[in-house]
Amino acid sequence: MIRVVLPYHLRTLANVGEEVALEVPAPVTQRAVLDALEARYPMLRGTIRDHDTLKRRAFLRFFVCGQDISLDPPEAPLPGAVATGGEPFLVVGAVAGG
Amino acid sequence: MSGVRVLVGTRKGAFVLTADGKRRHWEVSGPQFAGWEVYHMKGSPADPDRLYASQSSGWFGQVIQRSSDGGKTWQTPGGGVTKTPEGMPMGESNRFVYDTSDATGKPLTTHQWYDGTQHPWEFKRVWHLEPSPTDPETVYAGVEDAALFQTSDGATTWKELPGLRGHGSGPQWAPGAGGMCLHTIVIDPANPKRIYIAISAAGAFRTEDGGKTWRAINQGLRSNHIPDPKAEVGHCVHRIAMHPSRPNVLFMQKHWDVMRSDDGGVSWREVSGNLPSDFGFPIDVHAHEPDTIYVVPIKSDSEHYPPDGKLRVYRSRTGGNEWEALTQGLPQKDCYVNVLRDAMAVDRLDPCGVYVGTTGGQVYGSANGGDSWEPIVRDLPPVLSVEVQTLS
Repeated sequence: MIRVVLPYHLRTLANVGEEVALEVPAPVTQRAVLDALEARYPMLRGTIRDHDTLKRRAFLRFFVCGQDISLDPPEAPLPGAVATGGEPFLVVGAVAGG
Repeated sequence: MSGVRVLVGTRKGAFVLTADGKRRHWEVSGPQFAGWEVYHMKGSPADPDRLYASQSSGWFGQVIQRSSDGGKTWQTPGGGVTKTPEGMPMGESNRFVYDTSDATGKPLTTHQWYDGTQHPWEFKRVWHLEPSPTDPETVYAGVEDAALFQTSDGATTWKELPGLRGHGSGPQWAPGAGGMCLHTIVIDPANPKRIYIAISAAGAFRTEDGGKTWRAINQGLRSNHIPDPKAEVGHCVHRIAMHPSRPNVLFMQKHWDVMRSDDGGVSWREVSGNLPSDFGFPIDVHAHEPDTIYVVPIKSDSEHYPPDGKLRVYRSRTGGNEWEALTQGLPQKDCYVNVLRDAMAVDRLDPCGVYVGTTGGQVYGSANGGDSWEPIVRDLPPVLSVEVQTLS
């Protein structure tokens, strides 16, 4: 199972806790994780990446194993620790006031 | 027992204020969609329990919410009977895709940008949701960048009505300081195929065929930044209001100037009269007196607060030109809030109730047509929109 940690407002929108567990077929990539997340929680479609271009929304970033992978190719394999569920895939909102 | 339900959209969530027909004691519920901007909420005239809300965020984009029980519970609609493990329906209610087909013969990809160059249309948010007067499943959405969308399946899916952007003036449309938003949708209740819309800063448009074709209706508007007095587009219309019994008579609060049309927008004349300032955002019409109208003047385009620190709603009983200040119960000292374009509404009780929400988080209500006011709630986040449902 892949573990995905969502920011607060997406947790309330999807009515889930801080972390969700997903079955993701190999190879485990950024795109595969997001595809599985949106398939399971379709109300999140369009809130993390564009419906059609699948481009990441500007104020969100993706982290795994302490690394910012937001600019990595979406098809690049994620570290084994993520694929085995040891480390989570983090969706992080930009810090801003107000 | 009659009553009212006031739907308040704010910078940090939605609130529902309810009262019986006397409108003395209010119950405040919320926030719904806490922490998200709620630009607009509105109920279906055909089914008062059916509500729609536009929820958005700079981080996460647009979400459309729907309630079928008067705002007690909400869902993101779509996708038929399939549900997630948590019971939420699957769908794409937040998918607003500009039409790029050849159906209109003029697929538009650009409009004018601040520097005069052409810029691609980019969806940002839904400013206004206008449910059909007859069908709870049909809703129009006015969006930024300016376009009109329609759903016929209760917000499950949205489709652009591309004839509006296909109007020949589209490449000349330009954003105002608040963005290029389609913020006003007024449907003629006697003829729902006739719809008026307004865009900042393109102007007002009218369709007679349910949105297929449009004409610009801006003749008579004067704006200092537009040298051509007959300019078809470019005016910063802030709001249009209509009494349902007189669909040819329109009232407009423009960037500057309060205007009136007696011919469905074909021509306009100024009715600012004795207002202390004719700059403002909202305008509305009394429920039972088609010539009684309300505005909230603010000082100027550079100072968005009431003149002299006094919040005054102005009422004209003569369809414009002659205005009286309504002050009783409103702060008359040190008040520097604004009332945004979608933040004034009237109920249909007798006497007519009038409501305004401020950028300071107050919602004021008057149960006597504006003669006196009381704060219903004082400390909400900045109010973006106020709508009222009159319940029987």
